[in-house]
Amino acid sequence: MDQKNKTSKKPKNSKFSQQELPAWKPILTPGWVITSFITIGVLFIPTGLLALSASDNVVEIVDRYDEGCIPDSYSQKAESYIQNPNQNKTCVRTLRVPKKMVAPIFVYYQLEKFYQNHRRFVKSKSDKQLRDADAQDDTHNCFPEDYTADNKPIVPCGLIAWSLFNDTYKLSARGKAINIDKKGIAWKSDMEAKFGSNVYPKNFQKGTLIGGGKLDERIPLSEQEDLIVWMRTAALPTFRKLYGKINTDLESHETITAEVENNYNTYKFGGRKKLVLSTTTWIGGKNDFLGIAYISVGGLCLFIAINFILLYVFRPRRLGDPSYLSWNRQPIV
Amino acid sequence: MATHPSATTNVHTTKKKKKAKVKWSNLYTFSCLRPPPPLNQSDFGHPGFSRVVFCNNPGAHKTKPYKYPINEVSTTKYNVITFLPKSLFEQFRRVANLYFLLVAVLSVTSLAPFTPLSLIAPLVFVVGISMLKEGVEDWHRFLQDLEVNSRKVKVHIGNGSFVDRSWKVLRVGDVVKVNKNEYFPCDLLLLSSSYEDGVCYVETMNLDGETNLKIKRCLECTLGFDEEVKFDKFEAKIRCEDPNSSLYTFVANLEFGDKDKDVDVDDNKLVSSYPLSPSQLLLRDSKLQNTDYVYGVAVFTGVDTKVVRNSMKSPSKRSRVEKKMDHVIYVLFFMLLLISLITSIGSARYTDKKQTAKEWWYLQLLEDTDGSFDPDKPLISGFLQFLRALILYGYLIPISLYVSIEVVKFLQAMLINNDLHMFDETSGKSVEARTSNLNEELGQVEMILSDKTGTLTCNQMEFRKCSIEGISYGGDVNKIVRAASQRMNIDIESYRFNLDTEDSTPRDSIEMHEICHDEINEVKNSVLDDAKSMRDVGSSSIKGFNFRDERLMNKMWVHGSNVWDMMMFFRVMALCHTGIPVENGEEIGSHKPKYEAESPEEVTFLIAAQEFGFQFYKRTQSSMFVKEIDSSTMEVEREYKLLNLLEFSSSRKRMSVIVRDEVGQIFLFCKGADNIIFDRLGDSGRTYQHATTIHLANYAEDGLRTMVFAYRKVKDLEYEEWSSTFAKAKATIGPEREELLENVSEIIEKDLVLLGAVAVDDKLQDGVAECIDKLAQAGLKIWLLTGDKKETAVNIGFACSLLRHDMKQFHLSLSREAESKNQLKAMKDEILDQIEASYQVTINEKTKDDPFALVVDGKALEIALRNDIRDQFLQLAVNCSSVICCRVSPKQKALITRLVKKFTGKMTLAIGDGANDVGMIQAADIGVGISGMEGMQAVMASDFSMPQFRFLERLLIVHGHWCYKRISKMILYFVYKNIVFGLTLFYYELYSKFSGDVLYDGWYMLMFNLFLTSLPVISLGVLEQDVSSDICLQFPALYQQGQKGILFSWKRIFGWMGNGILTSVVIFILNVNILSSSAFREGGEVIDISHLGVITYTVVIWTLNCQIALIITHFTWIQHIFIWGSILCWYIFLLFYGALPPVYSNREYKLLVEAVGPAPMYWIVTLLVVVVSLLPYFIYMVIQRSFYPLDDHVIQEMKYGRKVVVDDEMWLKEEESSRKPTHIGFSARVDGKILYLKDQLYKKRMFIIKSISNSPIRRSITINPLENRD
Repeated sequence: MDQKNKTSKKPKNSKFSQQELPAWKPILTPGWVITSFITIGVLFIPTGLLALSASDNVVEIVDRYDEGCIPDSYSQKAESYIQNPNQNKTCVRTLRVPKKMVAPIFVYYQLEKFYQNHRRFVKSKSDKQLRDADAQDDTHNCFPEDYTADNKPIVPCGLIAWSLFNDTYKLSARGKAINIDKKGIAWKSDMEAKFGSNVYPKNFQKGTLIGGGKLDERIPLSEQEDLIVWMRTAALPTFRKLYGKINTDLESHETITAEVENNYNTYKFGGRKKLVLSTTTWIGGKNDFLGIAYISVGGLCLFIAINFILLYVFRPRRLGDPSYLSWNRQPIV
Repeated sequence: MATHPSATTNVHTTKKKKKAKVKWSNLYTFSCLRPPPPLNQSDFGHPGFSRVVFCNNPGAHKTKPYKYPINEVSTTKYNVITFLPKSLFEQFRRVANLYFLLVAVLSVTSLAPFTPLSLIAPLVFVVGISMLKEGVEDWHRFLQDLEVNSRKVKVHIGNGSFVDRSWKVLRVGDVVKVNKNEYFPCDLLLLSSSYEDGVCYVETMNLDGETNLKIKRCLECTLGFDEEVKFDKFEAKIRCEDPNSSLYTFVANLEFGDKDKDVDVDDNKLVSSYPLSPSQLLLRDSKLQNTDYVYGVAVFTGVDTKVVRNSMKSPSKRSRVEKKMDHVIYVLFFMLLLISLITSIGSARYTDKKQTAKEWWYLQLLEDTDGSFDPDKPLISGFLQFLRALILYGYLIPISLYVSIEVVKFLQAMLINNDLHMFDETSGKSVEARTSNLNEELGQVEMILSDKTGTLTCNQMEFRKCSIEGISYGGDVNKIVRAASQRMNIDIESYRFNLDTEDSTPRDSIEMHEICHDEINEVKNSVLDDAKSMRDVGSSSIKGFNFRDERLMNKMWVHGSNVWDMMMFFRVMALCHTGIPVENGEEIGSHKPKYEAESPEEVTFLIAAQEFGFQFYKRTQSSMFVKEIDSSTMEVEREYKLLNLLEFSSSRKRMSVIVRDEVGQIFLFCKGADNIIFDRLGDSGRTYQHATTIHLANYAEDGLRTMVFAYRKVKDLEYEEWSSTFAKAKATIGPEREELLENVSEIIEKDLVLLGAVAVDDKLQDGVAECIDKLAQAGLKIWLLTGDKKETAVNIGFACSLLRHDMKQFHLSLSREAESKNQLKAMKDEILDQIEASYQVTINEKTKDDPFALVVDGKALEIALRNDIRDQFLQLAVNCSSVICCRVSPKQKALITRLVKKFTGKMTLAIGDGANDVGMIQAADIGVGISGMEGMQAVMASDFSMPQFRFLERLLIVHGHWCYKRISKMILYFVYKNIVFGLTLFYYELYSKFSGDVLYDGWYMLMFNLFLTSLPVISLGVLEQDVSSDICLQFPALYQQGQKGILFSWKRIFGWMGNGILTSVVIFILNVNILSSSAFREGGEVIDISHLGVITYTVVIWTLNCQIALIITHFTWIQHIFIWGSILCWYIFLLFYGALPPVYSNREYKLLVEAVGPAPMYWIVTLLVVVVSLLPYFIYMVIQRSFYPLDDHVIQEMKYGRKVVVDDEMWLKEEESSRKPTHIGFSARVDGKILYLKDQLYKKRMFIIKSISNSPIRRSITINPLENRD
């Protein structure tokens, strides 16, 4: 017994407990340094070039129409113009296709200075209500757009749905209308799982204040793709949202007429509205920044690598040179 | 005294052992038990002196005025009820914890940006773990108390019968019987002992660290109660002072019905009062020795005992790194407040009605009710936003850092405990980290304050060498000389011969050339090995006798030339002592007795004498019996009548016995310190003085304790005359008695004949010398604090190379006059003069590179540590290479430690083994207790315990270094990590009108510290090694990185903070710009909050884990799994989270599979941003390593770099030069000796050259040919 106790007190002789596990001890030698910088350079510059060329292949038409769509007579009182329900707000914009655009061409609306990411805004919805027909009373985050004045629950409730973007675009080229496909613009998962196919809008936009677009009460929420897109709150104050897709190519130098119904009020907070037509490549839409960033980082690394090579050639420090040890350096200091 | 029958006539049937008959009181000349000063009786009953003890009547102490605490002692901090509130209070004294408590409270309100669980859980975890630790530690203390409290002691229960009771039920007034080698359970009044005259021997190691035994003696009136049955009738009353902490005072009176003459005559007792003194008080925690049993009555119990009153509550220690970490946390707090303020001001501004609130129609702020965005009350909204921001940016304050540090330190401690190199086979114990929160302190120690007995030495004496008639026996030359001369390739013997005898012809053939380094090491090692093996051999033979010399052993000495002196030498050894032989109980059949004496040295001498053939086997009151070897090698038994014993005292420094042999000749045998004895030699007795002096010097340099033997034949007439004077002096009562006795003794202790000297080794523990050597090379200073006397301390100083002969020693001590006058001013002046004189010397000779040593005496220390001269003293002490303080009390030890810590600001480590070291252990930054010896107090108070002193080397130089690096790196990384993460949250606010929206999902936040970044940090904190353990030991200079604190300097801390800020900016700016408005997938989809969140988070996780991979220099499979596994874990988490139905996963539903996963953009952004964010650090690292490498970098390169570089010679050379130049330690002494020898040789050579060139012969040789040519 005693013997057993004694041996059990003795530490175990394992590689781990003795801290002698085999270990890789990398040392940052000049070779490593130069190799890693060159590797980054060699990897990044082509990637950057690829990204840049991809971005270059994207054809993008951006038309800011918030100012142009206000008649001159209303230029100082744009708000009253936009809030007047009797006013015909149709306005015609002319777009020019700079390069051939191959289908699918995506139609976006772009809002600026619109804070969809404001906490109050982000929270103001009821996921449960959107999903579940029985949960129409689940509106606790939706104030003040939770109940109508006569205390009926609003479906979909909350500020996000209430402020639904409601400008519409009609495109035509050479007199012929271009069909904008409004299907398949929302995330599939949203349509399938987050918005109920048996949930229908109710009491929407019936309150005292009218926010944005209205919804067809006959169509279930899962098919209200505009709403679904809008409800995916944007991360930044400048954002685009898909409006639809064009499934025909647009020829180079073609002139496109856009008939914009300018309903949405961005004038109050001075936000801009833009109509965007864009093709995509593997990196998505136009994005020069990515390519430039890649190329400049790659270039920087190559530059550093060259400098180090030069340094090691002209002022080398021998690996493990003992003269750099503190006790050998002290007399000099 | 006359009332007692003499020992030889009184024969008790119960006592069988002879030694019990010896009455020490008759033998001693200088009694340390002087009659106590007359007491002012009126003191009793007044405040401070109100205690009354009814002896043998514990029942009387059950009611109020006399109810005293029972003997249960508790050292625990908490009990069942107080644990929760008390430990919670302790926890929330940490600012960070308080902050997290606030956050946790706020998190249940609507302000919380994320789920309350993610805020409360870590807090509960952190506080819970810390409380659990406290609880476990307290539980251990409780168990320890339980063990002590339930020890058994014999207690009188009436009718003269004694039964075993546990300590804790002991009450004041109980009569107890304590047997030999048992500890006293409480403070007892000594009633009687197994000795006839009521003395007993007590070892007070645990109280004051002194190893020699102290004599206690009972009052004469209680002498009779020396049998169990007699206590039936015992009754007495003690009036005494209230409990206090002074170990050396005891003011009391015993009121006792004197039944001395007629025991059985009842009740007509005459109650008389006897004054008591400290010499009747047996203190708890001291131990009965050399006495079979004592009876005593409990006076102070439990918390009233002096030792408990002396003990301090163990302070909770925090490491310096952790204290600095607090400041880092304050900086982070400041940052937190700053960005929270920015957020709240921004938010208030935007919420304000007058500003822009109206314009954001889609927010309908005017309708708001929850107040956080109330345009009418922007200030209140701003404040609420501020509170929210405090929670939101809470990631800046790394709560998980505390958890991680606890975990890491626990694991580090586990590794320390499991190190096989620090396992002691003999005791079966290994080094144990008892508190894990000081691990990294081990890497920063600059001063070691060490106890002597039991720590450096084994408390075991060995007879090593002797010099008789000027011839040295028992051993080879000094090992230092040997090592030095081996290094110089010279023949030791001849060299020594040259030095010893000046007139011999100098050898001019000595060649000096440096031998190469590994040879040096070999020599060194062999010397050390040699020393070790010598020890091993010694311990296996006779304990206390490590002597081999054929000339003396096995009766060979009788063939020597001067047998008479030889015999006298052995007689001094066998007769001049206070020892007693006891039957050897352990080895049955052994004819050799064991000895017991006041000091272990005497025992050693007796054993040695026995080995040489002079066996002291019996002592009676008046005679000593010795079996001697005759010159014809026959064994004869001789009886020596013991006439007088002139006792040893610290001022006399010698001891003599006067005996009359069987023929009737009177001899005085004397032993003592060399200078004292040499002064008293007669002209005819100096034959061997020169040779002996040389031997003594050699012995002393080896650290052996020396003593000189001399004798004198006293003529009958002279003795008679002296004897009467002496008797007169002895009868004197009063303060001048001692002086008188000393003077009388001096009359007879003169005209001595020198016989020789002996050298005793206070055996050092294994490896102590080597360990001190290494520690000194690593730049550690070692101070020796011991309760032992100066001579012993200095000897040990030499033995473990803290002192050397070419050192300038400063001795601070009080002169006798000053001491006797006891005037503070005079004493102070005297000490101050000494300090200043010494200080001047150190200043003037600083350039000469002469080492200094300071030896301070306890009394002098007491003066020197007074407020007004303390600084001068410490300044001097710091200037000296080694400092030895002797005769220091436990309190002084603690005081010195505290002062040194405060004065120098250096990290101190105190190491000791006894209860007397507890104060020092608690006062030092790190306290180390030596386990394995008996007595657990030091270990209980310590932060680390180890079975052997030598493990200190590995503990500090390897584990300390590692732990320091690990913890520093870990904390810095943690700060970096949390800044990176926390600030990205802040930047997002700039883009969301400071509304306090969170970029990341709540679960990401929770996962961040829990799984995704925690394990790599822990692997860094537990397993990181800059260099392997053997390199740590080879390059002690690496240890100085910790002493200088370069790894956790503010420069580094701010550097890492800056890096964190830079990284967070890079990550956020790049992400926001790349993922701006345009589509990020070929399908034309644009990003929303959840996409930006997940991409940014991915980048953060990659960056942080890659960053730690850049920091780590030691990758085992564990690190690989943790680092790369963490990244993988993130994707797996995302996959699972996205697969949950949207009820749980919300925005993150199918995020990876559907949205970001298939997008090349996601991956390409990750690569770019991770590389860019790591680039600044990488470039810094490259520049540092290339142009300003640290020592560990270069050594890594030397060791692990290309094989070509590992060049043995260079390696060894650097190893050599990495050692800090030091004045102490074995190697330093060898170096010093070499220097000295070279100097000597040079002088000799010059002398030879001179003498040759001046000699007429040479002149004739050199000049003549020239003349001839002319």
